[in-house]
Amino acid sequence: MGSVSVAPVEIERPETGESPFAVADPDVPWVTLVHNDPVNLMSYVTYVFQAYFGYPKDKAHRLMLDVHHKGRAAVSSGSREEMERDVQAMHGYGLWATLSQDR
Amino acid sequence: MAGHFEPLAGGGAAVALDEVEISILRSLAVQLLELIGPGEAEGPEAADPLARLFAEGPSEPPSDPALARLFPDAYGTPGAEQDQQERAHAAEFRRYTENDLRERKRQDALGVVRSLDSLSPGGEGGAVLRLEAEGCRQWLGTLNDLRLTIAARLEITADDDGDALYRLPDSDPRKPMVMAYLWLGGLQETLVEALTS
Repeated sequence: MGSVSVAPVEIERPETGESPFAVADPDVPWVTLVHNDPVNLMSYVTYVFQAYFGYPKDKAHRLMLDVHHKGRAAVSSGSREEMERDVQAMHGYGLWATLSQDR
Repeated sequence: MAGHFEPLAGGGAAVALDEVEISILRSLAVQLLELIGPGEAEGPEAADPLARLFAEGPSEPPSDPALARLFPDAYGTPGAEQDQQERAHAAEFRRYTENDLRERKRQDALGVVRSLDSLSPGGEGGAVLRLEAEGCRQWLGTLNDLRLTIAARLEITADDDGDALYRLPDSDPRKPMVMAYLWLGGLQETLVEALTS
C-alpha cells in the first residue's frame, strides 16, 4: 500500500485546478493483467478486448500485441471490485488474467 | 466453405459441416461437459437446489492441468510462487466465482451440442449450421475452451511448442489430437473473422 502523504502546512497555495502531483485515490490502484499463452488466437484476444471492454480496434490490437510480445498487458484499471469483475469476465472468455495492485 | 465460418448477411455466421465433422465436434463438446462437470458443492446441501445456489465454490485450483487452465487463479504472477496474501485472495475469489464460471462454460458447450443436434446431415454436402449472435458467442467460447483443453493435454505451454507438433509423423499417437486442435483453430479463427468483418 502507498503511504498517505501529509501536505506541509507552511504555504497556502493558490488554487490552480488539477495538480499534476495529485495523490492517486487509494481505492483505485488495481489493474487487470492479461498474460500471454500459446493457445489463444491473436484475433480472438483482440476480439475479446473489443467485445468486453468496448475498446476501438486499434487499441484492442495494440493491447493484444503487448500481451504477445511483453508477456502481459494491463488492460483495465479501477477498484479491486471492478478488476475482479473484469478478471472473471476474462476467465469466462478463456483468457489468462490476474489482478494486482498497480504499485 | 468446409471447415470455416462465413458471415451471414443479417449478422451471425454459418458453417458447412459433414456427418463426420458434426460427430467429432459433438463428441468433443460432450467430453468438455464431462470434464467441466457439475462443480457442485459436496455435502448435505448438494441435493437442495436452493442451498446449492448459495453454496460456495472450491478454494483450491483444480489439480487437472486443463481445468486449472480453464479456471486459473485470479491473484499472483503466473509461473511464480504466490505469497500468502495472494493465495488467500485467490482462494476467496475462487469460492465466489468458480461455480458461476463452470456453469457458464457448461451452458456454452450445451448450446453447441444442441445446435449440432438440430442439424440433419442427410445429403451429399452435409448440413449448414447457421448461428445468431448468442450461438456465435457460445461457439466461440466452447471452441476456445476445447483448444485450451487439448493444448493442456498436448502440453503446449510455450509459443514454440505448437510448431514441433505440426511436424509429427503420422504414426505418432498425438497426431489425431493435433489435427483436431488445428481444425478447431481454423473454425475459431474464421468465426472471429465473420463476427468482426
